[in-house]
Amino acid sequence: MSNVESNLHSQTRWQKFRASNLGYSFLSNKVAMISMAVFVAIVVMAVFAPLIAPFDPYDPRQQDIMNSEMAPIWWAGPRDFTDPQFILGTDAQGRDLWSAILYGTRLSLMIGVCAVALQAFLGISIGLISGYVGGRTDSLLMRLADIQLSFSTLMVAIIFLAVTQALFGSEVFNRYAIFFLIAVIGVSEWPQYARTVRATVLAEKKKEYVDAAQVLGFGPIRIMVRHILPNSVSPIFVISTVQVANAIISEASLSFLGLGMPVSQPSLGSLISGGFEFIFSGSWWITTIPGVVLVVLVLVINLLGDWLRDVLNPKLYKG
Amino acid sequence: MFAYLVKRLFQAAAVMFAISIVAFAIQDNLGDPLRELVGQSVSEEVRQQLRDELGLNDSFIEQYLRFAGRAIQGDLGTSYFFKEPALDVILRKLPATLELVFGATVIIIGLSIPLGVYTAIKPNSIFSKVVMGVSIIGISIPVFLTAILLIFFFAVELRWLPSFGRGDPVHVFGYWETNFANWAGLRQILLPSIALSSIMLPLFIRLIRAEMLETLDSEYVKYAYAKGLQTRRIWFVHALKNTLLPVITVGGVQIGTMVAYTILTETVFQWPGMGFMFLEAVNRVDTPLIVAYLIVVGFIFVLTNTVVDLIYGLVNPTVNLSRMGA
Repeated sequence: MSNVESNLHSQTRWQKFRASNLGYSFLSNKVAMISMAVFVAIVVMAVFAPLIAPFDPYDPRQQDIMNSEMAPIWWAGPRDFTDPQFILGTDAQGRDLWSAILYGTRLSLMIGVCAVALQAFLGISIGLISGYVGGRTDSLLMRLADIQLSFSTLMVAIIFLAVTQALFGSEVFNRYAIFFLIAVIGVSEWPQYARTVRATVLAEKKKEYVDAAQVLGFGPIRIMVRHILPNSVSPIFVISTVQVANAIISEASLSFLGLGMPVSQPSLGSLISGGFEFIFSGSWWITTIPGVVLVVLVLVINLLGDWLRDVLNPKLYKG
Repeated sequence: MFAYLVKRLFQAAAVMFAISIVAFAIQDNLGDPLRELVGQSVSEEVRQQLRDELGLNDSFIEQYLRFAGRAIQGDLGTSYFFKEPALDVILRKLPATLELVFGATVIIIGLSIPLGVYTAIKPNSIFSKVVMGVSIIGISIPVFLTAILLIFFFAVELRWLPSFGRGDPVHVFGYWETNFANWAGLRQILLPSIALSSIMLPLFIRLIRAEMLETLDSEYVKYAYAKGLQTRRIWFVHALKNTLLPVITVGGVQIGTMVAYTILTETVFQWPGMGFMFLEAVNRVDTPLIVAYLIVVGFIFVLTNTVVDLIYGLVNPTVNLSRMGA
C-alpha cells in the first residue's frame, strides 16, 4: 500500500474537487463563483417557495382587490400606496409580488429543467442510434434533425400552442399548460444533443475497446450507454446549461403571449405579461421586478455555461 | 452540383408537403365552417345537405387533395373575420413585418461586424470586454422584455419616441406602405427594430468574434504576416473574407427565425404586421387565417433555408457535397 494511494482515499470530496482541473478553475474565477452563488440562492428560494412566501399566490381568498397595485415599500411616489406586508408591492389583483415571484421562479425553473431533460433524453437516444446503426437510418435521422433545426423553436411552439389552445379551449388548456409547454420545448430542440452525441459515437465506434466489448458479448444497448456515451458527458453538460437558459426564455416568451402559464398560476413570463399594461400608468414594479429576476436567473446560467465551455473545451458541434 | 440542387429542392418540396398536411389537419379539426356560414338557426337536415354539397363528408384524402389543389393556385380560404381571401389579408400585413425585419437586419449587420471584428483583433482591450459583457447580458434578456423596457424608458418616461403602432406610413405602390420614407416613420420603427435586433445582435457579435479568432490563428494568416503584409490588410481583406462565409449562412437561417420573434415584438408594440394578426386570428379562432399564416411562414422558412444551403454549396467549394446527399 503506497502512501500516495492512501492519501487519495483519505481525501474528502471537497479536497478532490479543489485538486481537480474544474475545481481549480472554479475557485480562481470570480464570475463563475458569484454566478454559482446567485444560481444556488435562486434555486433554494424557488424550491422552498412554500416555506418562504408569506402568501399563497394560488389562493384567491388571500387576494384583496383593495390591495391592488401597491408599490414596493421603498418606493414612495406621490400617488403610490405602500403596505409593509407587501415588500415588493402587489400586482393588479392585489397579489403579493414577492410570493408570486417565488412561486413563478419555481415554475419557470421546473419547466426549463424538465423540458431540457426531455430534449436530452430524445436527443441522446436518437444520436446514439443514428451513430451506432449508421447507414440509411443515420442519414434519415440526421436529415430530420436538419429540418427540425431549420424551424425556429419559438415559431413551432407558438403555432403548436396556439392551435392547441384554440382546439381545447382556454379552460382545459390552462389546466394542462405546463405539460404542453414542457412537451413542445422538449421536443423541438433534440437535434442539439443528437448531433453532438452522434459525432462522439462516430469517433468512438471504431476504437478497440468497443470491439473488445462486442467480443465479450455485450449487447448494443449496453455498449452504447455504458461504454460510448460517457465520452460525450462534458459536451452534453455544456449544452444542457445553455439549453436550460433558452428553455426558460422560451417559456417566458410563450407565457407572455398568453400561450403558456395562466395568470392564476403565473410563471415569471405570465407575471411580466400581467403587469405590462400597467407600465403606462406608472406601476412599473409589476413588470420590472419579475423581469429582473428572470434576466438574473438566465444570465447566471449563461455565465456558468460560458465558464464550463471554456474549462471543458469540448469540440462542440458547430451548428 | 446539379444532383445536389435537385435533392435539395426535393427535400424542400417534401417539407412543404408535410407542412400542408399539418395545416390541413388543423383546418379539418378546428372550428366548424358550417357554423360560420349559416349560424345556429338552420335545421339539421339542411345542415347535412350543405355538408354534402360542400364536400365536408368526403374522406380526408379527397378533402386534402382539394385543399392542396386550391393552395397551389394561391387560394388558402376566406378569413371568417375579414370576409376576404386569407392570403390577401396576410399579404397586406406582410410589408409591415418585412420592414421590421429589414430595420432589425440593418442594425444587426451595421453593429455586429465592426464590434465582432474589433473584439477579435483586440481581445484584451477594455472596450472588447465591455462589449462581450453587454452581449452576454443581451442574450439573457428575452425580446419581449427588451421591448417593454424600451417602451418604458423611451416612450413612457422620456417621451422621446412613440410607444405603439406604425403611425402614418407613406404609400409607395400597390398596398406597400413604408416607414423608411420620412422622419416620423423612422421614429415609429426605431424602437421595434431595436427590440427585434436585440436577441440576434449579441449572437452575431459572438459568432463573428469566434470565427475571426479562428481565422486569425490559421496558417495562411500567419503566412501573410510573415510575408510582411500590412496588418490592416490582413485583418480586413484576408481574414474578414473567410470569417464572413459561415456568418452569412447562419445569418440567412436567422432571417427565418426572426419571423418568429416578430410575433413577440409586434405584440408588444401593437405593430400591424403578420405576427400581431396571427395572434388575433388565434383569439378569434379564425381557422382559415391561422392555416394560411402557417403555410406562408412555413414557406418563408423553407425558402430561406434552401436558398442559404444552395448559396453555401456554391460559394464554398470545400463543402463536401456527397455528405449532404449529392
